[in-house]
Amino acid sequence: MPDLLLDVKGLETQFKTPDGIIHAVNGVSFVLKEGETLGVVGESGCGKSVTMLSVLGLIPSPPGKIIAGEAFFMGQDLLKMSSEEIRHVRGAQLSMVFQDPMTSLNPVLTVGHQLEEPLMLHVGMSRNQASERAAELLGMVGIPKPKDRLKDYPHQFSGGMRQRVMIAMALSCSPQVLIADEPTTALDVTIQAQIIELVKRLRDEIGMAIVWITHDLGIVAGLAQRVAVMYGGFIIEESPVADLYTNPEHPYTIGLLGSLPRLDQKINKKLTSIEGLPPVLYQKPHFCPFAPRCKWVMERCWKENPTLETVGPEHRVACWVDTKTGRPRS
Amino acid sequence: MINYFLRRLLWLIPVMFTVSLVTFFIMRSAPGSPWDGAAENRRSLDPATQKALEKFYGLDKPVWRQFLAYTFGDFDDDKKFVCGAMCGNLGPSYRQKGLTIQQILFVPFGDNDSFWYSRFGYSLRLGLFALAIAIIIGIPVGMIAALKQNTWVDYLGLFTTTAGVSVPSFVLGLFLIIIFASMLHWINVIPKTWNELKYWILPSIVLGFNTSSFTARLTRAAMLEVMRQDYVRTARAKGLAERVVVVGHMLKNALIPVVTILGPALAGLVTGSFIVETLFSFPGMGRAYIQSIGQRDYSMIMGTTLIYALLVALANVSVDFVYVFIDPRIRLEK
Ligand SMILES: Nc1ncnc2c1ncn2[C@@H]1O[C@H](COP(=O)(O)OP(=O)(O)O)[C@@H](O)[C@H]1O
Ligand SMILES: [Mg+2]
Repeated sequence: MPDLLLDVKGLETQFKTPDGIIHAVNGVSFVLKEGETLGVVGESGCGKSVTMLSVLGLIPSPPGKIIAGEAFFMGQDLLKMSSEEIRHVRGAQLSMVFQDPMTSLNPVLTVGHQLEEPLMLHVGMSRNQASERAAELLGMVGIPKPKDRLKDYPHQFSGGMRQRVMIAMALSCSPQVLIADEPTTALDVTIQAQIIELVKRLRDEIGMAIVWITHDLGIVAGLAQRVAVMYGGFIIEESPVADLYTNPEHPYTIGLLGSLPRLDQKINKKLTSIEGLPPVLYQKPHFCPFAPRCKWVMERCWKENPTLETVGPEHRVACWVDTKTGRPRS
Repeated sequence: MINYFLRRLLWLIPVMFTVSLVTFFIMRSAPGSPWDGAAENRRSLDPATQKALEKFYGLDKPVWRQFLAYTFGDFDDDKKFVCGAMCGNLGPSYRQKGLTIQQILFVPFGDNDSFWYSRFGYSLRLGLFALAIAIIIGIPVGMIAALKQNTWVDYLGLFTTTAGVSVPSFVLGLFLIIIFASMLHWINVIPKTWNELKYWILPSIVLGFNTSSFTARLTRAAMLEVMRQDYVRTARAKGLAERVVVVGHMLKNALIPVVTILGPALAGLVTGSFIVETLFSFPGMGRAYIQSIGQRDYSMIMGTTLIYALLVALANVSVDFVYVFIDPRIRLEK
């Protein structure tokens, strides 16, 4: 399957803590096609970051441990690679941008040094070549006077500028896949929009596939082709983006969309919120993790955890209830 | 930045003046005088000699005048100005006939020896050895303990460094002397010469162990803090080798808090040297200092205290200097 860049199957990741085992990711499967942008959406703590960090082998261990699963990247299982092998994939073909640009750059190293590192390591450039390329990259992500800024330290950049540096760094070796873990969450709204525009532009130029993690369904609409919704360490709905907005199936997705302001709705329609709190992940639930907060909950929901079922073209959902009719799915 | 450090250096003047003032009056208010033979079972001096001596040392003048004369200088009988401690003139010793304090501390014992063989030189060498032990052993031990957190390596490190910060140096020193000198006879309890390196090992270890342990514990804590920072994850996400992540990305950050304690650590080495030098009969400044206190050798006490104070103050200024280079976030006002 050459058109599948990423093919993750049954990924399970746990954390051993003094209070017990946290079941952060409980059997997550997804694919990423060449050139595609996949949005991953869910409340904070639902396991989005841990899923992606597991794929890249970046889970802090201890306390973290990948219990099961496979993660094929261009046909090779990342989870079976030695730390030496996966090192050559990370930052070269598969790179990641993190949530907090204020803390994600090393404060005591110059921005130039941090940009040059992957170029020298993966592309085999000399320091001079890398330095020239680093300046080009800074220019590419819209930082003025890039040559002069190479010798500056991260604290001399604003939050938005630092995230641009992070993006330049992630894209420096022209990766096939960019994983962006809530790259705009920590930024002001106007800066958010700029960063999203930047990534869109670079996607068109470089043509990499993107996994865009966010807790904001609104961001995903204009960016992704497909969306996976996560809840309590599971993917509970997966669909092409337009279909998800017009035909949400899972009660949680419906709730998420209900809490989102939309331009195409009557002005006086109230935004709704989802009652209750996200699940505590100390036990791997044997029932539907959303049941305690679900309006449609039935007896079966407390007994069995539903698995993803296809309900439309490329549209899959894990729910015992057909939310259109309120009756059990047949 | 140069302005900043010039200002820091100018500040040393009032600091040194205060040290001088406090030491002088505490010393003078302590009972006893340089002429008391009681402590050493000597005969007391006859009143005429005592008067002559007091005149020679200026003890016949009022105390405030003595203080000013010592610190800044005074006019001698020919109305000529003689500069005091501020010009480096620490005055004649009360107990070692015909020698000034500078001569006692800085002139080497042998005629052909270098400065390193003076009292000050000996102490400086011992201090540098101890500091080297603190840094060369302390920092790697702390790093390794952090990288192997909660393994036996870490626990061994914690155990040793806990002992290091809690066992007083005279206990450790006596313990090692008993083992290596009395029981194993590897070295003499009182060495005939300090030119052999093996005699330096024990005093250096005893003096450096405490600082070394402290450095190791601080490095460990700093590393543990740095290890879970986002930028370390970024470094790994770039595919850097673990060695590069640890040395290139973690260490420089972890050293920032470690550098700050080097100033106080140096002060610790100074006070530690009084004990260690006495314990090992070491021909340095620290032992001379302790002796001079017992003998009420006023000028020796003053001179040595001022030198120690200046050393510690300069060390703190240099630490700030290093700090500016290691942490780019520190911006000094122009
Ligand atoms: N280093 C860690 N130690 C313990 N628990 C962790 C760690 N990292 C993440 N978790 C837990 O894993 C769960 C999922 O976290 P995460 O994937 O970061 O959520 P998000 O969807 O907001 O990215 C959370 O319950 C979190 O507490
Ligand atoms: Mg997250």
